[in-house]
Amino acid sequence: MSANELPVTDGAAAAPLHTSIHGDGPAGADHGGEGVWARAWRTLRKNPVAIIGFVIVAVFVLVALLAPVLAPYGGTELPGRADVRPTMIPGPSAEFPLGLDRYGGDVLSKLIWGAQASLLVGVLSTLFGLTGGLLLGLLAGWFGKWVDFAVMRLVDLMLSVPSLLLAVSIAAIVGQSSMAVIIAIGVVQVPIFARLLRGSMLAQKGQDYVLAASALGLTRRSVTMSHVLPNSVGPVIVQATLSLATAVIEAAALSFLGLGGGEPSTAEWGRMLTAAQQELAVAPRLAILPGICIAVTALGFTLVGESLREALDPRNRTRR
Amino acid sequence: MLRLIVQRLLLLIPLLLGLSVLLFGWVRALPGGPVQAMLGERYTPEAAAEIEAQLGLDQPLIVQYGKYLLRLLQGDFGVSLQSGRPVIDEFLTRFPATIELTVVALVFAIGIGIPLGYVAARRAGSIVDHSAVVVSLIGVTVPVFFLAFILKYLFAVELGWFPTTGRQSATMIATHPTNFYVLDGLLTAEWDAAWDALVHLILPGIALGSIPLAIVARMTRAAVSEVQNADYVRTARAKGIKASRLRGDHILKNAMLPVVTTIGLQVGLLLSGAVLTETVFAFSGIGSFLADSVFNADYPVMQGFVLMIAVVYALVNLLVDVSYGLIDPRLRRQQ
Repeated sequence: MSANELPVTDGAAAAPLHTSIHGDGPAGADHGGEGVWARAWRTLRKNPVAIIGFVIVAVFVLVALLAPVLAPYGGTELPGRADVRPTMIPGPSAEFPLGLDRYGGDVLSKLIWGAQASLLVGVLSTLFGLTGGLLLGLLAGWFGKWVDFAVMRLVDLMLSVPSLLLAVSIAAIVGQSSMAVIIAIGVVQVPIFARLLRGSMLAQKGQDYVLAASALGLTRRSVTMSHVLPNSVGPVIVQATLSLATAVIEAAALSFLGLGGGEPSTAEWGRMLTAAQQELAVAPRLAILPGICIAVTALGFTLVGESLREALDPRNRTRR
Repeated sequence: MLRLIVQRLLLLIPLLLGLSVLLFGWVRALPGGPVQAMLGERYTPEAAAEIEAQLGLDQPLIVQYGKYLLRLLQGDFGVSLQSGRPVIDEFLTRFPATIELTVVALVFAIGIGIPLGYVAARRAGSIVDHSAVVVSLIGVTVPVFFLAFILKYLFAVELGWFPTTGRQSATMIATHPTNFYVLDGLLTAEWDAAWDALVHLILPGIALGSIPLAIVARMTRAAVSEVQNADYVRTARAKGIKASRLRGDHILKNAMLPVVTTIGLQVGLLLSGAVLTETVFAFSGIGSFLADSVFNADYPVMQGFVLMIAVVYALVNLLVDVSYGLIDPRLRRQQ
């Protein structure tokens, strides 16, 4: 397939979600000279899937940030403690719109505070993974040779253990706390980012513009920092968005395995879901509500990540 | 082909050595060190000293590692703190359960994912295509244990169509020569036992299979939509080839290579997912045992299981690489 003969069918090799944007642009419109990011933004704005994703993410972030204002009760408050009996957990009422849980917590408030907890875990663990991966990837990509070899073997080792087991092993060392969950999920992301960054830096290294920059007498450091790195950043941002989705899900899984630490009544989606297990037959809403929150949040980040991937993919550029 | 297999098996050695170093270090990094970790609440100075001498913890690290490695090579992975049985025995009696579960999950994922992805690509924009997208989004975004909850609640608790927990009904009397319960039932001609075991596999299998289903459907769709526009497919169609041969020999066969790779890569995810699914359904495979060992701080089990699971993972990936050659004759020649 030659470069000037991109088929105008959806679903290129990158397996995009199929609401594709190829050929959507005004025919013959000249956007010559605009940067990769401007072009990506232009395609994203017209992609309904991306817009749905952005809206979900925006609502989630707003709810998380405004939790103190939005939530009727505090995250650790148990306002309905007196109303809950082991055999009877009150459902929705005027005072508690989504009902109470077995500890007497207001489900609505806990869901809102749970968004904050999820956002915190997601952002911090992704930052952790990104920083670690960036350092390893830079180390490998910059020094090459045996450093590259050693770093990549370490990455292989980490990837040879299924991610959840790796996270569990790390949480076992760090101890049972929400910080342990963040570190565990972050460490799992490190090899993924390292491999991604090294791969895309290697690809950039072979480009003509790098040769040109070196020929002009730029040092290796300035070529790496101001040319190679910025050009390798696109796939990393896509991966970071997707890893926010993974982090929300994995945090719930680690809570489910009992690694979250703290009170079992903590306002965290994963914890709420786990606690609800015992009341599945009596009050299924206790499981369904946090489950939906996790799924929708993960969906939002996935949609944004996937449409960003599509928009940044040069194969999907509108033909001019 | 044989050379490739030997080469890849040799490459396993440094990987396992590296892992053994990491796991050796891991136990020492545990809070309070290995002795505290092993004794937990039963910790007394005397017991600690005894274990320390028993494990040779007073010796230099390198000697300790050498001994640890030697024990591993003899298949001695230590003793489970929960059950008092050797870790390797625990693994071997439970692994068949997880294999059965994984096979059901993969059959579900491949059986639905490939046809779904294929039809979605062939009829782009149709209802099937849209539902393929929805299915793959559900698989990626819904946590596997939440899906397991929902399936259990709907089909086991509410409707009562399937059993809620376990591998076989408690009332079922069956012999287990291999520990693959379905296979056992077939081998011993205890048909009701085989059927009972199979029914127990359905819900956890579907829950676990939801992850690879999403990815298989998506990869198949992408691969088929690329292949169906390839020049050789157009040529084949132009020369009037039968539609069934065009589908089978030209489109599907060529589209399968990336799909097989993807399926191989899912095994790690499946093993992670098995930990959660088996726990929800109290299904006694390696996953639920591993989850219990996390709860109970059973470090020898965690250490041994992680190592053995990594071996399984690596072997499956080797198998996938070998199967490329079977699908794609071009690769066979290169090898």
